[in-house]
Amino acid sequence: MDVELLIGILPQVVIDGLILGFMYALIALGYTMVYGVLEFINFAHSEVFIFGAFVGVEIMLGLKSAGVLERFPWILVLVVVLLAGMLASALLAFTIERVAYRPLRHAPRLIPLISAIGVSFFLQDVIRLTESIWRNAFNLVYPTIESLNVRLEITETIDVSIKSLVVIVAALLMLWALHALVNRTKVGTAIRAVAEDQAAASLMGINVNRIISLTFVIGGAMGGAAGVLFGVQYGLINPYTGFIPGLKAFTAAVLGGIGNIPGAMLGGLVLGLLEAFAASYLSLLTGGAFGAEYKDIFAFSILILILIFRPKGLLGEVVRERA
Amino acid sequence: MTRTLRIVSILLLAAAVAVVTVPMAGDAHGKGTIKVATQSPLSGGQAALGEGIKLGAQLAIDKLKGPLEKAGWKVELVPFDDQAKPDVGVANAKNIIADKDIMVVIGHLNSGVAIPSSEVYKEQTLAMISPANTNPTVTDRKLPNVSRVCGRDDVQGVVGSEFAKGQNAKSVYVIHDKTAYGQGIADFFKADAEKKGLKVIGFEGTEEKSNFDPILTPIKAKNPDLIYFGGIYDQGAPFFKQAREKGLKSKFMGPDGMDSSDLTKIAGKAVVGMYYTSAAGPASALPKAKSFVDEFKKKFSKNPEPYAAEAYDATAIALKAVEAAAKSGKVTREDVSAQIRKVKHSGITGDIEFDGKGDRKKALYFVLQVANEDPTKWGDNKIVKQLTIAPPAEKK
Repeated sequence: MDVELLIGILPQVVIDGLILGFMYALIALGYTMVYGVLEFINFAHSEVFIFGAFVGVEIMLGLKSAGVLERFPWILVLVVVLLAGMLASALLAFTIERVAYRPLRHAPRLIPLISAIGVSFFLQDVIRLTESIWRNAFNLVYPTIESLNVRLEITETIDVSIKSLVVIVAALLMLWALHALVNRTKVGTAIRAVAEDQAAASLMGINVNRIISLTFVIGGAMGGAAGVLFGVQYGLINPYTGFIPGLKAFTAAVLGGIGNIPGAMLGGLVLGLLEAFAASYLSLLTGGAFGAEYKDIFAFSILILILIFRPKGLLGEVVRERA
Repeated sequence: MTRTLRIVSILLLAAAVAVVTVPMAGDAHGKGTIKVATQSPLSGGQAALGEGIKLGAQLAIDKLKGPLEKAGWKVELVPFDDQAKPDVGVANAKNIIADKDIMVVIGHLNSGVAIPSSEVYKEQTLAMISPANTNPTVTDRKLPNVSRVCGRDDVQGVVGSEFAKGQNAKSVYVIHDKTAYGQGIADFFKADAEKKGLKVIGFEGTEEKSNFDPILTPIKAKNPDLIYFGGIYDQGAPFFKQAREKGLKSKFMGPDGMDSSDLTKIAGKAVVGMYYTSAAGPASALPKAKSFVDEFKKKFSKNPEPYAAEAYDATAIALKAVEAAAKSGKVTREDVSAQIRKVKHSGITGDIEFDGKGDRKKALYFVLQVANEDPTKWGDNKIVKQLTIAPPAEKK
C-alpha cells in the first residue's frame, strides 16, 4: 500500500466531496422543506433540479451563438444564468404545486406521492421532446468558459479549478441566505409556523396556501441553482440526468433528518464526502477488489447504519414535536 | 326455428369470412410482403449511432429492393427502438418474431442487447445480421441465425494494446462501463497489455455518467501514460473532458464505442489527438464508400455515422439471401438464415463472407486519431493503422 499516495490525494478528495455535497445539500432543501410543511416526498423535485440546468444551458448556448459569451465577464454570465435557472425552476415548482398537489391536499398521503411520480415522468419526457424538436439533441453540453477552468495550484499535487470554488461559494451564499430567511424574517417564522401546525397557523392569520406555495418556490429556486451549478461543474446533461442526484439528495435529506433544514445541508455534505471517499479510496484500499462502482453501496450502507442508530437522522432530535 | 337460425348464422359467418379473405387475397397481387426489421437505439444517449444503423438499412432497401419487387414481393423496413436496453430489445424481439412477414433483423448497436434478443430470434431461426456488435459471445454461441459484418472485441482489444505499446506507453489505466461490451473489451485490452509487458496500474468499472471527479483523483495521482476507456461515447466523452480539465496529461484511447461525432460534440478539444480502435472504418478509408456517403447525404441530409455503412452491407446481404430463398417461391426464416451464411458479397466495407459461426472471414480493424474538435469534421479523423485479421480459431 502506497501510504504517500493515499495521503497525497486526500485534500483533492475532500474538495471533490464538498462540491458534490453542496450540490446535494441545495437539492435536498427542496425535499426537506416540502416535507416540513406537507409531510410528503416531492419526487418531481429531481426534474425541477434538471429543468434549471436546461434553462441555464439554453441561455449559455444562446449567448454563445450570438458570439457574446466570451466577451462578457464570466462572473456576470454566471450570475445571470444562475438567476434565470433559479427563477425558471421556482416557477416550475410553483406550477407543479398548483396543478398536481393542491387539488390533492386533503387526500391520503399516498395520493400526492403517486401524483409526484407521475409529474416526474411527465417532465422528463416533456424536456426530452422539446429538446429533440428544438435542438435535435439528447445530450446537451455546457459551453466551456475558459477562465472558469483555470486551475489554482495549492501544492504540487493539489489544485482547484475556479469553477469548483464558484460552486462552493455560491452554494454557501445560498444556504446562508436561506438560513437567514427562515430564522430571521417574518416570512420565515410563518413557514415554521405552518410546518408546526397548519390549523393553528391559519388561526393566527397566516395564509397557509401562500406559505406552502412559497416553500415550493424557495425549494425550486435552490434546486434550479443546483442544476445550473451541476451543469457548469460536470458539463453534460440529458433529460434523465436529474433522477440519480435527486434520489441521492432525497437520501441526504433523510440522513440529516427530513423536514429539518440544517439537517438537509449536513446530510448533503456527509453523503457527498462519503461518495467521494468511496470512489477514490475503495479500489486503492482493497487492492482493486472493490472499485469505484461500489461507491453508492458504501455510501448507502453508512446511511443504513446511521439510520439504525439514529432513526430520525443526524439532526433528527431538533425537529419539533408534531401532532 | 332454431335450425333455421343456426343455418342463417352459419351462412352469415361464411359470408363474413369471405369478405375478410377476399381483400387479403387481392392484396397479394404479388407473392406477399417481406419485412426487414432494424433494432437499434433511436432515442436516448446513443441515438446518433442507432439512427445511423436504421438509415443505412433504409438506404440499402430503397436501392436494392428492385429484383425482389420484380419477382412480385413487396419489401418494407420496420424500425424498432431498443433504447440500448436489454429488456426493451427482448420485448421488441418478441414482437418481431410474432410478425410472420419479418424475415431478417438488422441490429443491434449494443452487444448487451443483441445477446439476449438473439436468443429470442433463435426460437424461430429468424436471421439477425449485426452491423456493430463486437462482443465475442455474439457469435461464439454458434447460433445458426446470428452473423455479423463487423469485427470482434477479442481482436479489437489486442489491436488497441498493441498500438498502445507502439506509442511507448509503459503504464495504462483501464476504465470500463460495466456492460457486456465495455467490460468485455476492457478485459481483452488489459489481458493483452499485461502479456505485452505494459503495466496496468488500475482497472475500474463505473456506471457514473456525469461526475468523474472522485475516480479521476487517484488516476491523476498515479499519472498513467495512457487511459483506456472501454465503453460508449456518451460516457467516455464527459470522462475524458473532465480528465483534461483536471489537468491529466495522459494519452487517451478507447474502442469503437467512441466512434461517433458526438464524442467531440461533448468533449470538444479535450479529445483531439485521442486514439480509438474500430471495427468499422471511416468512409474515407473504404474505396467504395464515397458514393455511399454522397447518396446518404443526399437522401437524409446528414453525414452517415459509423456503422451506417455496415448496416447498409448487412441489409444488402439480407436481401441477397432472401432473393436466394425466394427462388423456391416461398420464403421461410430457416431458409433465409441458411442462405445468409452462403452469401458472398462485395460491399462497401470490403468483401464479406461468413465462417461457420457467423463471423466475417476477414474483418477490418483500424486505429484512428481524432483530428478536429468540430463534430462536423469527424470524418477527417486520421487512420493511423489498418489491419485485416481473421477471427481467432474456434475453441473446441
